[in-house]
Order: sequence, then structure tokens, then C-alpha cells
Amino acid sequence: MSTAIEIAQSRSSSAMYAGRPQVLLERSWLAFRSTTWVPIFTGFIEPVLFLLAFGYGMGNLVGNISVGSASIDYTMFIAPGLLATSAMNGAVYDSTWNVFFKLNESKLYKTMLSTPLGPMDIALGEITWALLRGLVYSIGFLTVVSVFGLTPSVWAVLAIPAASLVAFGFASFGMAITSFFKTYQQMGFVTFVLLPMNLFSGSLYPISVYPDWLEKIIMALPLWHGIELVRAFWFGNINSGILVHIFYFLIMIAVGLFVTSHRLRALFLR
Amino acid sequence: MSNPLICVRGLTKKFGDLTAVDGVNFEVAEGESFGLLGPNGAGKSTIMCILAATSTRTSGTVEILDKDPEKFGPLVRAHLGVVPQQDNLDGELTVSENLFIYGRYFGLSKKFINNKIEELLEFAQLQEKRDVKVEALSGGMKRRLTIARGLVSEPDILLLDEPTTGLDPQARHILWDRLFRLKEQGVTLVLTTHFMDEAEQLCDRLVVMDKGAIMAQGSPAGLIKEYSSKEVLEVRFGSERNADVALVLRNICERMEVLPDRILMYADDGEKLLEEITVLKLHPTTSLVRRSSLEDVFLRLTGRTLIE
Amino acid sequence: MNTGIDVVRIARFGALYIAAARFRSMFKWRTVIAAVDIGNPLFYLIAIGIGIGVLVENNSGTSGTSGIKYIAFIAPALLASSAITGVMDECVFPVIEGFKWRKLFYAQNATPITGKQIAIGVYLAALSRAVFSVVIYYLLLLTFNVVDFGISILIVPIAIMAGGSFGAVMLYFAAKVEKEDYFFNIIGRLIVMPMFLFSGTFFPLSSMPIYLQPIGWISPLWHATELGREAAFEYGLSPLVITTHLLFLTAVTVVGLILSIGQFERRLAK
Repeated sequence: MSTAIEIAQSRSSSAMYAGRPQVLLERSWLAFRSTTWVPIFTGFIEPVLFLLAFGYGMGNLVGNISVGSASIDYTMFIAPGLLATSAMNGAVYDSTWNVFFKLNESKLYKTMLSTPLGPMDIALGEITWALLRGLVYSIGFLTVVSVFGLTPSVWAVLAIPAASLVAFGFASFGMAITSFFKTYQQMGFVTFVLLPMNLFSGSLYPISVYPDWLEKIIMALPLWHGIELVRAFWFGNINSGILVHIFYFLIMIAVGLFVTSHRLRALFLR
Repeated sequence: MSNPLICVRGLTKKFGDLTAVDGVNFEVAEGESFGLLGPNGAGKSTIMCILAATSTRTSGTVEILDKDPEKFGPLVRAHLGVVPQQDNLDGELTVSENLFIYGRYFGLSKKFINNKIEELLEFAQLQEKRDVKVEALSGGMKRRLTIARGLVSEPDILLLDEPTTGLDPQARHILWDRLFRLKEQGVTLVLTTHFMDEAEQLCDRLVVMDKGAIMAQGSPAGLIKEYSSKEVLEVRFGSERNADVALVLRNICERMEVLPDRILMYADDGEKLLEEITVLKLHPTTSLVRRSSLEDVFLRLTGRTLIE
Repeated sequence: MNTGIDVVRIARFGALYIAAARFRSMFKWRTVIAAVDIGNPLFYLIAIGIGIGVLVENNSGTSGTSGIKYIAFIAPALLASSAITGVMDECVFPVIEGFKWRKLFYAQNATPITGKQIAIGVYLAALSRAVFSVVIYYLLLLTFNVVDFGISILIVPIAIMAGGSFGAVMLYFAAKVEKEDYFFNIIGRLIVMPMFLFSGTFFPLSSMPIYLQPIGWISPLWHATELGREAAFEYGLSPLVITTHLLFLTAVTVVGLILSIGQFERRLAK
């Protein structure tokens, strides 16, 4: 039979995974090439606006914040928090609204699953793309912040891989949740739940201002771990505590990937 | 004849209480053009999804290229070209990018696909639309692109679900011409349709389906010969009178079907039958003599028309 | 033929028929609307008002906020902001839907109802959403003792005026949209978000660098925020300044509506 078939045959393996998630990246790149820079630019501008408003406007009212034993400028305090929050928002946007569209409107995943690709290829490929976009936002934000002279030391660059881990966790988890949703109202619910997490997780002030019970709830939420992780690298406060945050995100990634791939299989390979 | 490419035995698919496919048997040989003819809801698309290894069955056996699609999904899918009922092209990409990325899903090399794209664009008559976003294509063009896309991996079997539904007559004829070429090249085609003219034009052999079961199978000509007369006389007396007149007409015609708007009379010589009606002084408002078609076969087998 | 169609009545009340139709469709979304219009500003009020409030009061007491408790300082601004986003939603989505997605306006215009009536009808329905959410929000502020009952009730009409002026302008832009690709992205991230952050919402506008203050001057939110603070507390604005704020909001509303009506009529006649 034809060579094309032989190649395909040799490469198709298990029902879940054909070992070709990179073709999803190729597809995303082709689609991305023809879009304009508007959404990228606006996605990047948002944390910068927050930094300007809260940093300059609020800084006067708030003064310095104590982190550990050091007392630091308010603007410097919120910068890593905003980095983590924007990594989350970028990853969540890509893995919820975009994924919802491909699941329910364009049926792209259904088409892909009529080829030898498996659900795991799709999950890995899409999440990696969300991660890459989050990475671009993070690098952009770090660049701006450095220009304003708000980075404490060159080690702040390590906050980038930390923010990527946060993005990976949220992308993976976001895609898993989206795979259960059928209507736009349900998707609106995602946005609605994210806002309080955004506001309460300590990107703009230390959560020690809360009563004890509220502090405990916030510490169970993923964004708080993300902010603490990025902040630790940002200020070079590396200690064994960050292992907890890293572990939290590894669990999120694993659960997200597992649920997403099984949901895709249940939805389209019945 | 070598082993059949597709072998289906006792295939049943239930969705809860509903039995969508009910104990279906058929085989498709290499190079054959095989059709599933039946009205909407007959279970054709469900069978196609099972053949495409994207849907599981409730019972029965299915072998495609000697493999069970449920156990070897990716392997079976690697040998299939799938053209679903709704075009599911990638709206964010151009025509040629659609072909390219689909080939990549199969793990084909970029070099192989790039050579293949030229051939497929020519086949789909879309050379001029190469760099156009697919949203801008007409319905017929989208359909041709979907078919071309299904061919990018040089599949052993091309599965087409309702290939011309929703297209205007001109676009349908262009598409039939393209599919006929594939048939001439020896590509094995499996298609579903509820258009009897499409089944007559494209299928070497077909099964007539209704309510999940196969009513009959054979070649289009063979089925017509077996289940219908050579000619059909269609007469209309106005919807008020049809039923009354039919009682009289039964005396001069062995088999007829009384539809709400017309009466179909089966005979070897339609003109002669029409003369007899005139002799009886029953003047139909319109009359037409035509060859028997698969529509008549379906009517005979189920008592219903294909398109309701 | 007499079918009882009263052209005179339609000429007089046509806009109300349109508003009633919009009302019915908004009612289906009542849970989402209530959650977004009341939940969002409430989250901001609690998270920022309490969280940052602690930092502000520890640092500088109430000296930076004209002697007002921080949470009370931001409350009128959040009220106006909620009215603005609510009215904007109802002036944007239904209009793009009416002209483009479902072309409902063309069907309405095929009856004796005019383009002007459609524009006003949509606008009135949008305002009603602000009335609904602002009143509930004000009651919440009273319950939590953030403001005292009395003349502070004026923050309700002030917030509705803010929503009305911004909504009138958005009505015009939405009616101009032919391709909505990046419209929401640009409006949301380059107009609404900067307006929210730089209108003296969370800190006095005067504490911003002077080159960022003009964003506040042209923003209905800032004018409404200043008026609202005057109504709720002794903020010390002179009668001239109060008149200027009121005039600004009124002028923007009138200009926006005139532009919108013209645009509706032109587009429906095309």
C-alpha cells in the first residue's frame, strides 16, 4: 500500500495518545499568524495598567509593605503578584473560551479525533500553546517592570519559569472544567468565579490582614500559591516552603490532563 | 475477490431505549462504491460513525481491513478518509492550510503533504482559492475541500456522509463528477444518502435502510428490477378526488401507491395504462410516465417516501 | 381593512414597545445580571476596601482620603462603575445583535416603528438595568453601614447618570460596528479598564502623576465619583465644581444620544 499509509501506521499507537501533540502547536501557529496583534497587545497592557494605577496612585496612600523582615515599596510588592495573576488570566482565557469554541462551535477537536490523533495529543498540545502565550505575556511584563526599575535583582528572571508553571496549572485545569460546559451562561460562571479569586488572593496586599478563617480559605486556592511562588522567586526568598506551591501546581497539571483527555474521549469517541 | 475491506455482522447500536441500528449485515469489497440509502433517521450516520472508529457499538462485529475499529481506533482511522455530514473545516485557516494541517494530524511529512496539496487543489478545483480563508468559500467549494482533505492521507476507504445534502443542483453535479473520478481511480467509497438519484449515479451496490434495519440490498438496477415495474404512471386528480378515483383504478392496475397529492401506478407500459384511464373517462389534471427509480423501491419496501 | 393598528399610538409609544421587548430578553438573564452587577462591585468593595483599607489606615489614617474611611471612600465610585458596566452591556450586545447577528432591528423597523424609537427604546431598557442594580447596591451599603441614610441617597441618581452618559456614547459606537472582531477586546481592555483604574476610583485623582489625570477628566466615572463623594460625605466641592460635573455628564449624554439616533436612522435606511 502507499507510503503515506505506512508512515501513518508506524506512528499511530495507543487509543489515547499518538505521540504527536506538536501538530496542535503547528495548527495554533498557522491560525495565530493570520490574526492581528490586538488581543496580544491588550492582554499584555492590562497588568501594566494595574501596576501604574495601584503602584503610583495607591502607593502614596499605602506606603511600604513588610515582606518577611524587609520593608518594601508598595509598587514593588504588587509587581510579582500582578505577574502571577496575568499568567493565570492569560492561561485561563486560552483554555476556557478558546477551548469552549473549539469543543462546541467549530467542533475542531471532533475533527481531530476522526484522524489517528488521540485525546492526549489534543490536551497536551492545547495546554502547551496556552503556556507559550502566557510565557510571552510574562516576558513582556517583566521587561516593562525592569524598565521602571521595579525588579529587586537579576534573579527576578526566575519568576518567569515560576509564572509558566502557574500558567500550565491553570491551563490544564481550565480545559478540564471547560470540557464539562455546554452553554455560554455556564462559561460566564467561570469569569464570575475568577474575579473574587483574583481580588482576594493577595496580589494587592498581604492576606495577613484577613481574619484567620478567611486566610485559611484563600490559602487553599491555587492563585494564592501561584502568587507566593512567583513572589518568592522575585525577591529571592527561596526556601523549602516553595516546594508546597510547586507540588500544588504539579497536582493541578496532572489532574487537569487526566480529566481533559478522558472527557474528550467520552465526548467524541463514544 | 480478496477479503472484503469492510465486514459488518449483526451490528446493533442503542441510545438508551432507542435502537438506532438494528442487526445490520453488509460487506464492502476493495474498489467498490457502496451506498446506504434511506430517509433521515434511518441509522445511516450512526453506522458511518462506527465505521469511522469514532463511535462504539452495542453488539455485533465490525472489521475494517481485518481490524476491529473499537480496539484499533487510531490504526483504523489512519486508513480512512472521512467526510462528515456537516463540513467541519478549520475556519481559522486558509484552503491550503486546511489540507496541510490535516495531513499533519496523520503524521505525514511536510514534503509529502506539500506535493499532495497541488494534486488535491486541482481535484477540488480550488487552485485559485488556495490562500483564501475557508469562511469565504461557497457551500459547494467547502464540500469539495472537505472531500479533498479526506484524501490527503491516500486512504483505503473514503467515507462520505450525505455528500451533497444542502447543495444547489449545479454544485451537486460538479461534486458527482468529482466523486465519479475517484470511483474510476478505484478508490473504495462508502456513502450515505437520502437522494435516490445520487445513489443511482454513484453506487455499484447499495442497501436500502429504514428504522435502523436493512430492507434490501443489491445494485441500483437490480433493486429496481426486483421491487418495481419498468415504468411508473403518475396521475393527479386533485387532492379531494384522489382517494375516490383510486378505488376505481385498482381494477386496471395490479400495484399502485396512493400519496396525498398523486397516485403512482406501476406497469410495464405506462402510456398504455394512461389510455385505459382515458377510456374510463377519468380525466387526470396532470399525468406523467417515467422510469422506475429507487424512490419507488423504497416506497414499495416501506410504504413511505424518502423525503418527507 | 381595519386591524386596529393605531399609528398615532405607535408614534407616541414605539420606544416603550422596544424597551419592553428588550426587557423580556434581559429578564432571562436576571441571575447573571444580578450576580455581575452586584457581585462584582461587592467583591471589589470587600477585597480592596477592607484589604487595602487596613494598609491605608495603618500608614496614613484618613489623611489621604479627605478624612473618610477608605472603604466608604471607594463605595460611591464602585456604585457608579457598576452602573456604567451594566448600561454599557445593554447598549452594546443588543445593538450588535440587532444590526448584525440576528438583524432584529431591521424586522422592528419594517413595522411603523422608527430608527429613533429603536435607539431610545434600547437605551431606556439599558438604564433600567442600572436602576435595578444601583438601588440594591445602595441598600447593601446602608446595611453594612458604609454610608448613612439621608442625602447620600443622591448617589443613586448620580450613578445612573454616569451609566447613562457612558452608555449613550457606547450606543453610538456599537451601532457603527460592522466587524466586531476586536471590538469587545478594545472596549474592555483599552477603554473600560483604564477608566475604572484611573478615575480616582481607589485613590484621589490628584495623587496620580499629572500626565495621567486627563484620563479622569474625560471619564464620566470620575465626575460621578466626585459628585457621589460630595453627596455621601462632607467632601467640600464648591457649587461651581458641582455644576460643572453635572453639566459634563448631561452634555455627554445629550451628544451621545443625538449621535446614536442619527446613526440608527442612517444604518437602518441603508
